[in-house]
Amino acid sequence: MNIPAQPMATSSVSVGGGESRVSKAKDKVKMNAENVKVFYGDAQAINGIDLDIYENEVLAFIGPSGCGKSTFLRCLNRMNDTIDICRVEGKITLDHNDIYAPDRDVVLLRAQVGIVFQKPNPFPKSIYENIAYGPRLHGLARRKAELDDIVESSLRRAGLWEEVKDRLDKPGTGLSGGQQQRLCIARTVAVSPDIILMDEPCSALDPIATAKVEQLIDELSESYTIVMVTHNMQQAARVADRTAFFHMGDLVEVDTTDQIFTNPQDQRTHDYITGRFG
Amino acid sequence: MSNLALIATLLVMMALAYHLGLTRSRAVAAEHDVRMHSRPGYYGVLVALWCGLPALAIFLLWSFLAPQLIDMLVTQQLPADLVAGLSDRELQTLLRRVAALANGQGVSGGGSPEELAAAGHMARLQTIENFSLVALMAVLVVAGLIVARRRISPSWRARNQVERVIMFALAASSAVAIFTTIGIVLSMLGEALRFFSFISPAEFFFGTVWNPRFSTAGASSQGDFGLLPLLWGTMMVSAIALLVAIPVGLMTAIYMAEYAPPWLRNVAKPVIEILAGIPTIVYGFFALIVVGPFLSSVGDLIGINIRTTSALTAGLVMGIMIIPFVSSLSDDIITQVPKSLRDGALGLGATKSETIRQVVLPAALPGIVGAFLLAASRAIGETMIVVLAAGNNPVLHANPFEAVSTITVTIVNQLTGDMDFASPQSLVAFALGLTLFVITLGLNVIALVVVRKYRQQYE
Repeated sequence: MNIPAQPMATSSVSVGGGESRVSKAKDKVKMNAENVKVFYGDAQAINGIDLDIYENEVLAFIGPSGCGKSTFLRCLNRMNDTIDICRVEGKITLDHNDIYAPDRDVVLLRAQVGIVFQKPNPFPKSIYENIAYGPRLHGLARRKAELDDIVESSLRRAGLWEEVKDRLDKPGTGLSGGQQQRLCIARTVAVSPDIILMDEPCSALDPIATAKVEQLIDELSESYTIVMVTHNMQQAARVADRTAFFHMGDLVEVDTTDQIFTNPQDQRTHDYITGRFG
Repeated sequence: MSNLALIATLLVMMALAYHLGLTRSRAVAAEHDVRMHSRPGYYGVLVALWCGLPALAIFLLWSFLAPQLIDMLVTQQLPADLVAGLSDRELQTLLRRVAALANGQGVSGGGSPEELAAAGHMARLQTIENFSLVALMAVLVVAGLIVARRRISPSWRARNQVERVIMFALAASSAVAIFTTIGIVLSMLGEALRFFSFISPAEFFFGTVWNPRFSTAGASSQGDFGLLPLLWGTMMVSAIALLVAIPVGLMTAIYMAEYAPPWLRNVAKPVIEILAGIPTIVYGFFALIVVGPFLSSVGDLIGINIRTTSALTAGLVMGIMIIPFVSSLSDDIITQVPKSLRDGALGLGATKSETIRQVVLPAALPGIVGAFLLAASRAIGETMIVVLAAGNNPVLHANPFEAVSTITVTIVNQLTGDMDFASPQSLVAFALGLTLFVITLGLNVIALVVVRKYRQQYE
């Protein structure tokens, strides 16, 4: 399939796009992927993707199951390193530095590019310890008071503080599913990343919890770049500035969300968003 | 008819009944042109069960009760002057001689006329018993067959009834293990109580001297039966074993679960588990012949006096033996920690070893503690290694380089050679066994409770 043609269109359209949030500068490239290919053993999952991710934008990946959107997302902070048979080719840069360079410290990369998973996965520790874990790991707080501040501000950012401030010493696993997911977001925020990756963050949540997380994403986009995978096209339409459509390991089309949903350039995108398949 | 032939006949009859039930159900279905409640096979099985189970029950009951009845009748027939002066045990011996004669086997010294007469009487009774059993079983088989066959109708829920029979059969099988355990405990308890009629429990549980003079040495002195030196020896050897097994086993488990490439894991895991399959007697003489002298010479080098057979030797080798218990169980538990937890920590920028130490191990800790406790109960109950390598020295001391003795070793010592089960020297073995049982049971129960309490944590 003809890949390289797509990103060209992307860059030109997206600069002028983003009517919804005009105030934010959308022209600074935060991350860049060049001809990224991913293999699981002998099977190729991603066929060579080029993509720019702009500072402080919310970028949504949509596409049918198995199209490679999660795999590509996990390349962005090298979570695929944990899978033995997974191999990544091509170049991904963060602030113009190659993240797959041999001397790149993956631990620091992941502190800079945080990730929130599909299923809430709080540690079996107290709520406080869940948040404090990351900052402790990276030595972000010198005193207990500083750590307390980080915990409180992270929970406030995740909109969870009022709900849990009286039971910080209770296990994080005791929260409801939606609260757990916001706890996981707070945990990621606590490390002060530049970029937050979200892998279908609402797929295990009920509609009310989903609405809360979506609102949270909207607020977080003030200070973070957010890249999210979603199965839910309405969700992409609601929260994303730009949307990328993946199909069978290819990045078919990426454009402003409005453009993708009202005037897709590719027939496959059109078929997918109109529910013809997927 | 011999019992074997009887059972074989019964099985043949059941097979026949199965076939009859099967064909009958098909015939009924065809005759009334209806759908039967169950598939034909279920009717067959049910008819076979009706045919076989009552007969089998009678057979078991009969085999259990009839010999006792015959013994009683024969005893009544024996001349009164012969029975009068006999104790229970002597009477049993006499009856076994009579039974041997009745079955056509010879007995030492031929057999007195009274015995021969009784044997004839017993043989007649046995013939009657055998015939009546066969007749009764035949009646039950035929009756069951007829009743069940007549009951076959479209509304007879054969499938559900067969399911219930299967459920009862499974429950009965599980009951075997449970009742065996209860039986063992009760028999130990009985003998232990007899022991405590000689020696007071306080003297046993809190005594610090173990010196059970054998009854032949002088019937007047009882000897000292203090448990503490043995308990202390057991604890010392087990503690040394756990000090070896827990760190090595746990680190092995972490390596196998988290770091080892699949091919290495596939090779190494079975090899480690072979350690658990080596007979403990082999470990025992390995300890005695290799490890003991080695430790002793190492001790000479650094100026410590280490005995060839010592708590250290036994503990060290026992530790090696239980490494696979710790590593295998911990490995399973570590592998069960969901990948999402690891991803969570890694995604925050934790290194692999930070993830394992701070997230995976704490999450797996209850299960790992359970594994430790199971290993501990294994160590406490271990016998052969300590028999050979611990030195059998039941003295209370704190020096791991000296010989010790354990509860298990002492049980072996007290129950080998000539035994008189009326003397405290032999009966003490039951009290020791019971103590051991209570300790290991306690550890197992704690392990189970710990594991169960924290199991749902990941949900």
